[in-house]
Amino acid sequence: MTVPVLAQVVEVPSNVNHLFDWPAVLPFGINRVVLLMFLATLATFLFLYLPVRTPRVVPSKMGVVVETLVNFVRNGIARDTIGPESAKYEWLLIPMFFWLLFLNLFEITPLIHFPVTSRMAIPALLAGLVWVTFVFVGLKKHGLSYIKHSLIPPGVPKALLVLVIPIELLSTFLIRPISLAVRLFANMIAGHIMLAVFFLTTASYFVFEPKVVAFAIPLAFAIVITAFEIFVAVLQAFIFTLLTAVYIESSINVEH
Amino acid sequence: MEADAAALIGAGLAYGLAAIGPGVGIGIVVGNAVQAMVRQPEMAGQVRTTMFLGIAFTEALALFGLLLFFILFGAGG
Repeated sequence: MTVPVLAQVVEVPSNVNHLFDWPAVLPFGINRVVLLMFLATLATFLFLYLPVRTPRVVPSKMGVVVETLVNFVRNGIARDTIGPESAKYEWLLIPMFFWLLFLNLFEITPLIHFPVTSRMAIPALLAGLVWVTFVFVGLKKHGLSYIKHSLIPPGVPKALLVLVIPIELLSTFLIRPISLAVRLFANMIAGHIMLAVFFLTTASYFVFEPKVVAFAIPLAFAIVITAFEIFVAVLQAFIFTLLTAVYIESSINVEH
Repeated sequence: MEADAAALIGAGLAYGLAAIGPGVGIGIVVGNAVQAMVRQPEMAGQVRTTMFLGIAFTEALALFGLLLFFILFGAGG
């Protein structure tokens, strides 16, 4: 009953592939996703630069916020996970955290309502960058013995190596980047679909059956889920950055 | 037609079955994390970070199921 009603209010995609279409609005294939990416990049730059551009003894109000958040990433994520060498990898972790945070928060930003990270290309690109980084760090630090140590865990009996080496090869060099990308992508798209379902149900009840009870229930769910999605957006940016730090750490201390 | 129906049934089953294990797993992770935090409140911060890490690893399996749902739903719908 809801679906035909819904189809009169909004355009209902014929199948889920509609979610993965990329119609371009500007030359060079620039579409809404790319424009929002530029916006997030600009927002990250301004957020990290403007409030602290003039050094002051007592930072401004925004400066305190920026310093607290940057210190959270620098100490809470990078230093606590990687250890004393963490300063070398801040160039990756700090901008990545804020970029992902802005991209994720677009999901519940009024007038945008679109999580840019729910397009697979962006998590996949970042996961590829993370993969290159942790493999490069391992190879630079340990040479070719990085591959050997990451494939052969200490204390494994010789006979089991036939089984262990393919598993470790898959889990370290293939499953890691894929799960990193899929985790972010699937979380954001699941939240987006949930929000869309509840708001569209509200809209269709509001238009076609304007009883308060009928549309108040999905509306209440939609509001609760919006609050939940703020939490998810922050959490996923945090998890992505934390796992990057964990992977870099495992490349640095590959022996154990 | 039958192949489409099979793909759609498979899509539903894929996500439903993929959600069972991680559901139990996340319960175990969070339950034990709460226990650890209650026993040693001074370690709560570190336990929380590790808990999120554990949740992320466990949750990945359910999300693979969700991805499979999209793929099969696209094949059938």
